[in-house]
Amino acid sequence: MVDTPMIEIDAVSRYYGIYRALDDVSLDIAAGEFFSLLGPSGCGKTTLLRSIAGFDTPTSGDIRIDGQSAIDLPPNRRPTNMVFQNYAIFPHLNVEENVGYGLKRLKLDAADERQRVGNALEQVRLSHLGKRKAHELSGGQRQRVALARALVMRPKVLLLDEPLSALDKKLREEMQVELRTLQKAVGITFVLVTHDQYEALAMSDRIAVMFGGKIAQVATPKEIYQHPLTRQVADFLGGMNFMQAKITSESAVNLSVETTRFGNVTIAKPKGFTATNGLATIGIRPERLRVLWDDAKADCEVTGHVVDRHYFGEITHLIVDVPGLEKPLSVSETNNFGADDIPVGAPIRLAYDPDALVAMAD
Amino acid sequence: MVALPDSIDVESKQPLAGSRRWASSDEAKGLTLISPTLLYALALLFLPVLIVIAYSFWSQDYLTIDRSFTLENYRVALSEPIYRDLLWRSLTISLAVSLITVTFSYPVAWFISFHGGVHKNLWLFLITVPCWTSYLLRVMSWKVILGYQGVLNTGLMSIGLIDQPVTGLLYNSNAVIITLVHSWAAFAILPIYVSLEKIDRSLIEAAHDLGDNKVWSFLRVTLPLSLPGVISAFLIVMIPTVGDYVTPKLVGGKDGVMIATAIQAQFGKGANWPLGAALSVTTMVIVSAMAGCMVLALKLFVRRIK
Repeated sequence: MVDTPMIEIDAVSRYYGIYRALDDVSLDIAAGEFFSLLGPSGCGKTTLLRSIAGFDTPTSGDIRIDGQSAIDLPPNRRPTNMVFQNYAIFPHLNVEENVGYGLKRLKLDAADERQRVGNALEQVRLSHLGKRKAHELSGGQRQRVALARALVMRPKVLLLDEPLSALDKKLREEMQVELRTLQKAVGITFVLVTHDQYEALAMSDRIAVMFGGKIAQVATPKEIYQHPLTRQVADFLGGMNFMQAKITSESAVNLSVETTRFGNVTIAKPKGFTATNGLATIGIRPERLRVLWDDAKADCEVTGHVVDRHYFGEITHLIVDVPGLEKPLSVSETNNFGADDIPVGAPIRLAYDPDALVAMAD
Repeated sequence: MVALPDSIDVESKQPLAGSRRWASSDEAKGLTLISPTLLYALALLFLPVLIVIAYSFWSQDYLTIDRSFTLENYRVALSEPIYRDLLWRSLTISLAVSLITVTFSYPVAWFISFHGGVHKNLWLFLITVPCWTSYLLRVMSWKVILGYQGVLNTGLMSIGLIDQPVTGLLYNSNAVIITLVHSWAAFAILPIYVSLEKIDRSLIEAAHDLGDNKVWSFLRVTLPLSLPGVISAFLIVMIPTVGDYVTPKLVGGKDGVMIATAIQAQFGKGANWPLGAALSVTTMVIVSAMAGCMVLALKLFVRRIK
């Protein structure tokens, strides 16, 4: 990481009439970082990306790219290039002409231009399809063309607008790995917009989770998954068993809470936390609850009985009713030991690590 | 093709079953489904053209038609200076009209498509308003505008640009061109508008993203992708204007006479249908060839821009 961030988003707001697409968003993205903007539809992530690219002008605030204010620059004069959601491959040009499109404006000599197009196509493993037209390409190939077309411009920042959402699951997973490898190889800052939490977790160095035009949390994938700041973030990134706990004492960094079935625990206090009626929302991820077989022992246990079971191949989701909890617990257990054979109605004991409990702001 | 010997074999053994099988085949169903339109097209499009072509190879023998094959009509149509000149003038006028119409219509269509906002349909509706009145009335109104004491002359005189009326406005080929451009504008705007509407806006954004300014992205993306609309607009205007009869008759004067007037004369006063037919066929062939050339030329032009 270098001292000046590659992209500085400084108090950017975007209003459409009275609707706030972006509400005072500030964010720094470091050079060479793989950064993801994650959130549900309509959260403002695409508006933010389009503001960086120059297709959308914020109502207020500033965007600096590589230290220079870009707010007044049109898209063609920004050091950014974009991979569009539908790839936007020019239908009247073949693959080579598509990739070379932006180079034409740079007035390179013909050999140099050919070389750069060739290298870019090689990078995305499409050298053999140079003469194909857009309509003769598969979804994955179109995506590679869009990628090569942007990378050949050697931008400082590559912007990707849900680039994988149109691909089928298998191809999507392949492309996740490939994009990640490519980003490490070229060393360019990537900003990815996605609504798929697994995609964001698997690919990013850091993630910003957005809701309603605001950024809820910016952190590494692991941090954001294990220590979500708010209930919304926790809920958006996978399953979470939420419960209310009574606060017994509160310090600047810690909360001591009394829970109905998970004992008295002291957990880290999330930023921006405020107690309501002396209660805190705490939670535990379903995979942090472990089934205790036969007479196995654990330091911390909860007991209940299975009310429902969902089979997912490698794992089984058990819905466990625990007396005293307002909602049944969701437990995600691998099928190694026969979790898929536990009958509905059976009594069950679950082990947990008190460190796995997190407190969240509402 | 492979199935052919097989089906013949079946038919020879069981002729009834074979024909019944054909009657229930997809091919038969398809033909049945298209037959109303096919018959319609044959009766109303193909047959009249065929009759005209047939007449062009016959000859007028005083009051009767001599049905022996002859190329004499074509020799006259192609070698008589009067027909050559009229045909040439018709072609240049129609070419000029289509060029001007497309040039003026493109910006209008572009504006509606890209900046029409929520009022796109209103704009399109307004464009069709002139077509509600009779074609004749629209042509006549141009006489009022272009005439010696017309709106244009009196207007220019009142603002002091000219001190006596300009006589060269009406009754020449320019008047024909102006009138035809106005009459056909709506028919050129619509196909161009449709092809502009079909362009995915993210393609234009991609062009900007890759370094093009507005002019370049227009030349490299919008224009080539709207070319099908431009070509159809061009053909829609060019093909009918070559044979236009009313406009030259009303505003063309003696310098604005076009080939249709000569054809009409042969079918009417001249009472030489075969020659009229030969002139029609010649015009048809030349127009088709020209239309083909225009399509090719526009495609080449776009390839150069890339």
